[in-house]
Amino acid sequence: MIDPITRLEGHGKIAIFLNDDGGVANVYFQVPELRGFEKFSEGRPAEDMPQITQRICGVCPEAHHMASTKALDALFHVEPTSTARKLRELLYSAFFVTDHTTHFYILAAPDFVMGPDAPPAERNILGVIAKVGLELGGAVIKTRHDNHWVIQTIGGRPIHPCFGLPGGVSKAINEEERAKIEEIAKSSVEFGKLSLKVFDDVVLKNKEYLDMVLSDTFTHRTYYMGLVDENNKVNFYDGKVRVVDPEGKEFCKYAPRDYLEHLAEHVEPWTYLKFPYLKKVGWKGFVDGKDSGVYRCTPQSRLNAADGMTTPLAQEEYEKMYSTLGGKPAHYTLATHWARLIELLYAAERMVELVQDPEITSPDIRTIPTATPDEGIGIVEAPRGTLTHHYITDERGIIKKCNLIVGTTNNHAAISMSIKKAAVDLIKPGKEITEGLLNRIEMAWRPYDLCLACATHSLPGQAPMEVTIYDAQGNELKKLSQGI
Amino acid sequence: MAKLKIALYWAASCGGCDIATLAIGDKILKLAEAADIVFWPIGLDFKYADVEKMPDKSIDACLFNGAIRTSENEHVAKLLRAKSKIMIAYGSCSYEGCIPGLSNFYNRQLTFERVYIETPSTDNPEKILPQTKVKVPEGELELPEFYDTVKTLAQTVDVDYFVPGCPPEEKTTWLALEALITGKLPPKGTVISHAVKAVCDECPRKRGEKKIKKFYRPYEIVPDPEICLLEQGLLCYGIATRGGCGALCPQANMPCTGCYGPVEGVIDQGAHFLSALSSIIDSNDPEEIQKIIDDIPDPAGTFYRYSLPDSLLRRARIK
Repeated sequence: MIDPITRLEGHGKIAIFLNDDGGVANVYFQVPELRGFEKFSEGRPAEDMPQITQRICGVCPEAHHMASTKALDALFHVEPTSTARKLRELLYSAFFVTDHTTHFYILAAPDFVMGPDAPPAERNILGVIAKVGLELGGAVIKTRHDNHWVIQTIGGRPIHPCFGLPGGVSKAINEEERAKIEEIAKSSVEFGKLSLKVFDDVVLKNKEYLDMVLSDTFTHRTYYMGLVDENNKVNFYDGKVRVVDPEGKEFCKYAPRDYLEHLAEHVEPWTYLKFPYLKKVGWKGFVDGKDSGVYRCTPQSRLNAADGMTTPLAQEEYEKMYSTLGGKPAHYTLATHWARLIELLYAAERMVELVQDPEITSPDIRTIPTATPDEGIGIVEAPRGTLTHHYITDERGIIKKCNLIVGTTNNHAAISMSIKKAAVDLIKPGKEITEGLLNRIEMAWRPYDLCLACATHSLPGQAPMEVTIYDAQGNELKKLSQGI
Repeated sequence: MAKLKIALYWAASCGGCDIATLAIGDKILKLAEAADIVFWPIGLDFKYADVEKMPDKSIDACLFNGAIRTSENEHVAKLLRAKSKIMIAYGSCSYEGCIPGLSNFYNRQLTFERVYIETPSTDNPEKILPQTKVKVPEGELELPEFYDTVKTLAQTVDVDYFVPGCPPEEKTTWLALEALITGKLPPKGTVISHAVKAVCDECPRKRGEKKIKKFYRPYEIVPDPEICLLEQGLLCYGIATRGGCGALCPQANMPCTGCYGPVEGVIDQGAHFLSALSSIIDSNDPEEIQKIIDDIPDPAGTFYRYSLPDSLLRRARIK
């Protein structure tokens, strides 16, 4: 058992069972917690949902706040003003910059910069800074800090923002704030470029790492999902959900209101988290390929599902990535880290575009809804996957039914498969189970950026993991732990 | 002086409190000078087994965030209580139950039915529900039990101090940590926040005489940016909420929702807010008062947004 590993709606654990030969018989990724937002939201005023549902996750509250606010636009049949829309997307872009920064530098980079076999005491952000330079460490801290300031300035609070309303936002920004955000946006673009250079120097120029990225152990051929604009370019805030098949061909593209035609969720009795899958393909178990409804939505998946990026620097990097990886779609789970940095650069470039828009300081931030509320579905692309909020209310706007398909949940089946494949490939009869080997298993799920991992983000370290391997009789065979 | 030994733990929570603990900026260096963190499942590789091996009362203080929702949460709360000299309920979930405590309007069965059977995206014709023990071909898997009722930390173990907020603001967190570091501890049972009575005392909006004829919902009006939101008919909870946050929400033109819990000396935040409201309704006619109150949708879920498990109501009775 690997327990506890990571945050989702709480903690997480992995059980690895061996067979008689000492090879891996099966692996289970369990989420041992539920909080039940889909039930206790019933009876609440709809307009409170952005602030209620963001308590699902204190690491990515902005994503829930935004999906919920968009669901309210639909529910109340109201269009947000142009400025309100831009302010929402500006905050959301700043959020992507901070979130992707923390994931890459604090969780992912230690594996690549220090190497998977480095002692745990060095395999952390402090080790990364020691190796790559204090200057970069300072840039990481500054980028996070500055973009949190942007979130508080636009959203009202640093954690759990409060500005979302149907038809707009509660607060405008002034010229002084705008100018400071512009400065932060520009420096975030530089930081995004720097981060891609670090990736290039450390990973791409190291044949051993590149081979690992391209190895079968970390590869799954699945469907890919992501939000796209009207030109099929990546967008985090708005658009249609596009799914491509394992060959990269468009499988479907749907508006938020049609999500139930395309998604379904499977239940297993050994975990509190469900397993979403593509309804028209069906649930075939924990397998990849075109006949299995398992899909992924990660940074890599979003880039696979889109035709490109709308901003110039990110587009350049997008093209470079696919030419290096041998075309689209890329099935390499570890390449997700690369895609995440391209998204970071895109988010920063998008911040610059939005903050330079003359409308951004306009006081025209609210459209008062006048229609009777009934039903609304809102979708945004959360850092960890497409996020769907669906509300049905009475005519007073009181929630009667609520359904949520949350970021990491989308990837629940794929995460289980990735862990199993790495475990099966790496744990072999008679081979000693070392910390480096366990870390390679951990590297199989780290690209998905599970949500406790989000919290781990902020720390000099990695998700703690205790591995107890059980033999075919269920006896504890060996216990190892890793971390700091 | 020996360094303090501090444990941090999250039970049923969203992770926001852990982020908030880290948001003390450069003061984190002061904390690192004065204290060692001996248990923190998010950040450090220490296991339950390591804590079990520690002698009783060997941890100086435990900052415990998250409510008690499962058997695992309860087990760890009891374990950390035994090992810690000082137990601090950090953040609204462990202090008063918080938003996930609204689950006490329902129970396990209703929650499971909604999540695993009834939701429109769920395809579960066999009505499979998660089980605490499940036989799989390779062995047995266990899950913690999901309780009917969300409980606060103090309803589970003896608690020494409380830190309010969803999440606690940076300065509130630092007050608590500073008290630990300097050893200048307040009396047991203290809710640690700044010495301001209510959120209103920190709010820059102008206050006049509060007389309300009609309540509005936040999406229905654009409030005047200078004037008290409650006077404009928005259900701003600042009047019945402990100060210390800096009145962030009202400054973003949104009503306070009450996340810092009741003001000093008040047990039931919802009842306090209701009585405060009834004194500002501009009518003496019981029928008119009733009509004005009827404009408030979901009074129980609004007045007890963060405090249902800790309130006198605790939970709804399910027939």
